[in-house]
Parts: sequence; structure tokens; C-alpha cells
Amino acid sequence: MKTIISIVRKDFISEFRSRDMFISMFTFSLIIIFVFNLVLDLTSNIKNIVSPAVLWITFLFSGSIGLSRSYSLEKESEAIKGLLLAPVDRSLIYMGKFFSNLIFLLIIEIITIPIFIILFNYDFSIKIIEIMLVIFLGTIGFSTVGTLFSAISLNTRLREVLLPILYFPIIIPVLLNAVRITTSLLSGESLSSNSSSLQVLIAFDIIFFSAGLLLYEYVIEES
Amino acid sequence: MISVNNLQKRYGGISALKGLHFEISKGEFVLIFGPNGAGKSTLLKILSTILAPTEGEVYIDDINIYKTSHEIRRRIGFVSHEPFLYENLSALENLVFFASLYNVDNPLNKAKEILETLQLDVRENELVRNYSRGMKQRVALARALIHEPDILYLDEPFSGLDLLGTSIITNILKNLKAQGKTILMSTHSFDDCADLAERILVLINGEIAFMTSDVNKDHFKQKYLELVSINN
Repeated sequence: MKTIISIVRKDFISEFRSRDMFISMFTFSLIIIFVFNLVLDLTSNIKNIVSPAVLWITFLFSGSIGLSRSYSLEKESEAIKGLLLAPVDRSLIYMGKFFSNLIFLLIIEIITIPIFIILFNYDFSIKIIEIMLVIFLGTIGFSTVGTLFSAISLNTRLREVLLPILYFPIIIPVLLNAVRITTSLLSGESLSSNSSSLQVLIAFDIIFFSAGLLLYEYVIEES
Repeated sequence: MISVNNLQKRYGGISALKGLHFEISKGEFVLIFGPNGAGKSTLLKILSTILAPTEGEVYIDDINIYKTSHEIRRRIGFVSHEPFLYENLSALENLVFFASLYNVDNPLNKAKEILETLQLDVRENELVRNYSRGMKQRVALARALIHEPDILYLDEPFSGLDLLGTSIITNILKNLKAQGKTILMSTHSFDDCADLAERILVLINGEIAFMTSDVNKDHFKQKYLELVSINN
């Protein structure tokens, strides 16, 4: 636990100093939401169908920037090797990076939500707690896969390009189910009417978190 | 004792190390010498467990380092030409972070103490990003020593260092040798550290060309240059 907290703390101090990741993720989120808001003529009939997809695509794209950036910091001066030299189980390093990424993504998403509500003309009385729960589960999915795949792309020349190529296809089940539940919640339905989609999200999170714990050792070490 | 048996490393079709065998006694200071691309860095990365060999074994006190990596990592410190530090953290924050990974008691005091030894205490709160190459290298040495390892691997620790940096690191290495630490160092700066070495291992094209206890500078240079010119 101490190791995980040390890694998360180190990532936060580092990001607080540079703010590179927050600024790029937030700016990108804003641009995507603004662009979609400008180009789509959302009548009330289709608004609840299209806007959840816009929201999740925003999270996906800005998240991939953050995930890629979180390992760039490890690559600078090969700091990751200092981490790998330590007598620390690789699964703890995975968990540390996973929690850092999860918190960074959630912060950006929490800032993005009010902008989305205002631009897409929703009322703040929408089922925000239920929506936040879906966002939390979806973001765990993004972070489990993203942490693992960013590590895979770490030692490759094309890591900025490779991450989205590996990451986007795998994350489709999260995206589909999260959009489905959000659409349903924005249309006034309850969370319990989406139990199968919710189960898929939870199952995905558990499977990929476990896979990350088991596989991280093999992907992070130089061969 | 470090025992290396038939150590091989291949990158695709290229053999970086071709079946090395050697032993290093506890408390010994061994220099690894060789031309660029001889396999010195690869050897040190494998010994420090951050790179897996293609074949062969490395034992430290009869423990296979790849089967009990965690236990071995506690006993190893590694300084490379890259500092392995977080640039957005200060020297002190870096050392406290790494000390916490090694479960060092009172990491803050230990970090401060080691920074003072390396004459970096005045600038301990500055970001590593703003340090000169020589200062980064000294912090890297502090990182490698924070958990008081018995074995220290150094890969070109003097590259890019000024006279002061070289002298500080040389003095620290002298102290570590006096404390009985086992040290294996690759370098091109033979003159800076020949006096410290008890043995020299010469690597050429991934093979041990020779190992000698004759650390006389003139004898060694003559023999080495003859060998390198033959292999070229």
C-alpha cells in the first residue's frame, strides 16, 4: 500500500509542477465538446441519443492524451528504470500507475461534466449521481486498459501512435455500454433498467484490472 | 560473490554478449573496459536485473538473481549514464521517493544525509530538471546508494562530468571500496579510476578479451590498444 501511495504522490507532485497533462487534456476536452456542439444541430428528439456519445468520445480522446503523457514522465531520464530497479512487485507499480491515471481522468471528467450540461442544454437536475457512477465505472475501464497498454507502447518508437491503435479497439465494450447507460439515464430511465450493461462494465473492469496485475511484469520490463 | 555463467544476450540476430563466464569476489573493485558497442552496458543492465539475458545465469552468493529478483534488488545499486530520476521532482523528493520503495527507515533524514555527502544539500530543493549533467549524475549516485547496497554497478559514471564532479564521485567510490562494497564499473576514463581497481575485465565484441589484475596504466593501455587494433 505504501508503494502505491508513493507512486501516486510522486505522479501528482510531478503533474502539479508541470501541469502539462491537465492543460492538454482539459483543452482537448473543451475543444471536442465545443466542436460537436457547434456542428450538430441537436433537436430534443436526438439530443439524448447523440450527446452521451459526444461525452464519452470526449472522455476517451482526452483520456488517451493523459495516459500517453503519464508514461512520458517515466520515460524522461529513464526514471522508469529507477522504479524497476527497486525491490517492488510489478503489480504494485501497475496499481500505483492505475490509480494515478484514474484520479487524473476523473478530475478532468468532473470538470468537463458541467460544461457538457450547459452546452448541451441539460438541467442540473439530471440523474447526476447515477451518471457519475457510470462515469466512474467507465473510467476504471479506461484506466485499467490504458495503464497496461501505455506500458506496452513505452519502449516503442511510435508510442504516441501505438497507444490509440491498441487502446481504442479494446475499450469498445466500455464505450458502448457506458453510452447506452448514459443515454438511458438522460432519457429519464432508471439505472436498474440497464443492469446488463452495468454488469458488462463491472466485468470488464475486473477482468482487465486482473489482467493488468498479472501481465504488467511482462510488458514493463525491457527484453 | 558474483558468479556469471555462459551469459548471452541477443537482440534479434545480433549477439551483444556471447557466453560470458567470470566471478567477482566480495569487496572487489572491477573495471569493465572496452570499445563502444562491446556490450558493457548490456552486461551491467543484466547484472542489475533490469534486462533479462537470452541465456545463462547470474548468481550472487549462490542465489540466482532472476529467481529471487526482489531480494537481490535490495542488495544492488545501479548508476547508468541516464540518471533514472524524475525531472519534475527535486533531488530531495526523488531520493525520498526511491528510499520509500526500498523501505529505508527515516527516508527524509537518509536522503538529506546522502545529499550532504555529495555536496548537493544547498540545492536539494531545486528541480532535477534544472541541474547540470554533473549534478544529475551525483543525484543518480545518491539514488543508487540510498538503500546502502553491498553491490554497486556503475555504467560510465564519469561521462559528462567536470573535474569537481569526477573528484567527488571518485572520493565516494574510494570510501565505498574501503567499506568493503563490491563494485563493478564500466568506463572510458581509465585514468580517473585505474588506481581504485583490483581487476580489469576487457570486453570486445561481446566476449571477454582478457581479465587482468595488472592495473599498471602503461602495461594495460599497451595491451588493450594492441587487442583493439587487431579486432578492428
